[in-house]
Amino acid sequence: MAKKLESTFINMVIVLTIVSLVAAYSLASVFNITKEPIAKAALNKKLQAIEQVIAPKDLKTNKVLPTAIDYDNDPFKDMYKLPAYDGLDTLEIYPAKKGDKVVAYAVKSMTMMGFSGLIEVMVGFKTDGTIITYSVLKHAETPGLGTKMATWFNNEAKPARCVDGKNPKTTKMAVSKDGGDIDAITAATISSRAFLDAIDRAYKTLEKGGKYE
Amino acid sequence: MNNWANFTKGFIKENPVFVLLLGMCPTLGTTTSAINGAGMGLATAFVLIMSNLVISSVKNFIPDKVRIPAFIVIIASFVTIVDLLMNAYLPALHEQLGLFIPLIVVNCIVLGRAESFASKNGVWASIVDGLGMGLGFTFALVLLGGAREILGSGSIFNYKFIGDNDGMLVFILAPGAFIALGYIIAIINKFKKA
Repeated sequence: MAKKLESTFINMVIVLTIVSLVAAYSLASVFNITKEPIAKAALNKKLQAIEQVIAPKDLKTNKVLPTAIDYDNDPFKDMYKLPAYDGLDTLEIYPAKKGDKVVAYAVKSMTMMGFSGLIEVMVGFKTDGTIITYSVLKHAETPGLGTKMATWFNNEAKPARCVDGKNPKTTKMAVSKDGGDIDAITAATISSRAFLDAIDRAYKTLEKGGKYE
Repeated sequence: MNNWANFTKGFIKENPVFVLLLGMCPTLGTTTSAINGAGMGLATAFVLIMSNLVISSVKNFIPDKVRIPAFIVIIASFVTIVDLLMNAYLPALHEQLGLFIPLIVVNCIVLGRAESFASKNGVWASIVDGLGMGLGFTFALVLLGGAREILGSGSIFNYKFIGDNDGMLVFILAPGAFIALGYIIAIINKFKKA
């Protein structure tokens, strides 16, 4: 077996430099290889969410639901931004058009009220403000509790907690504990409050921007 | 030590989680379900094998006094590579494990095996050791994650067998991780003595 390099100053400097250079080179190459797939995966997720909230599909059977809105433009390309009604952030609005007429909006909304901070939700609205459905983009809520929001609020079989097909103009987007009209997730009131806050923010922002007919 | 004993010691005799009690932070943090445990375990196993391989092959060129910084740079590089690859090709799992992937760098198992095994043994033995330890870690995480998933959400590998809201919530949360781990270690100790 070869003898081990001695711990002289020169040896240590050279070895550490070489180790760092090799590490930097390999990291840079992996970064270059994965840069595109990472950007693509993030974009795909967004595109899927936009499609899902405007023309929802049944996630199990993959059939388009009757609530789906028919559109023929690319909402992603027509995206514009509106300042949130309370000035907290700027929301991205993706309008779905049929011909030149806007038929629905997908709104990327957010809230900071989550149990672990930021929650981002994509919400679809008809032009009269009725919610089509939603898709949760980003959150850090407690597994098994707050994470249930992905399916809790769009269960048509349980109308007391479903937001799909409701219009925030007539249905108060707050948990029933706070005097609202939506049942909170069991044992996750804070996450539910935050989620409804994000939906409400999307609705009021479109309202303030004068987007309803 | 022959290769077979070297490989199998990671499962029960020197299991990193149940016997050596190393790497507790990702163990307790990520095992809310069996799938998460498996993902975390396999990511760690990959880093272990690769770092063991590289460290055992360059060990003679690294002066003793700077071996720790050199090992850490090597390990951190592999962790970043895993992080980027998972982000690119398994975005859903990457989102679930989140912060815990970069934290593999400071997982005691990885540096521990580099220091106590790879820096003293040949390349082949080190790969076998990394494989055994990595799979042992995965086995422990799947066992713990599975136990917590069954008790906490009433499902296993996302297959639900009881209705909504019937699980014991505490097992999904942090305290349940400690309780479940404690009982599993107790059971293993009982069998080891017998």
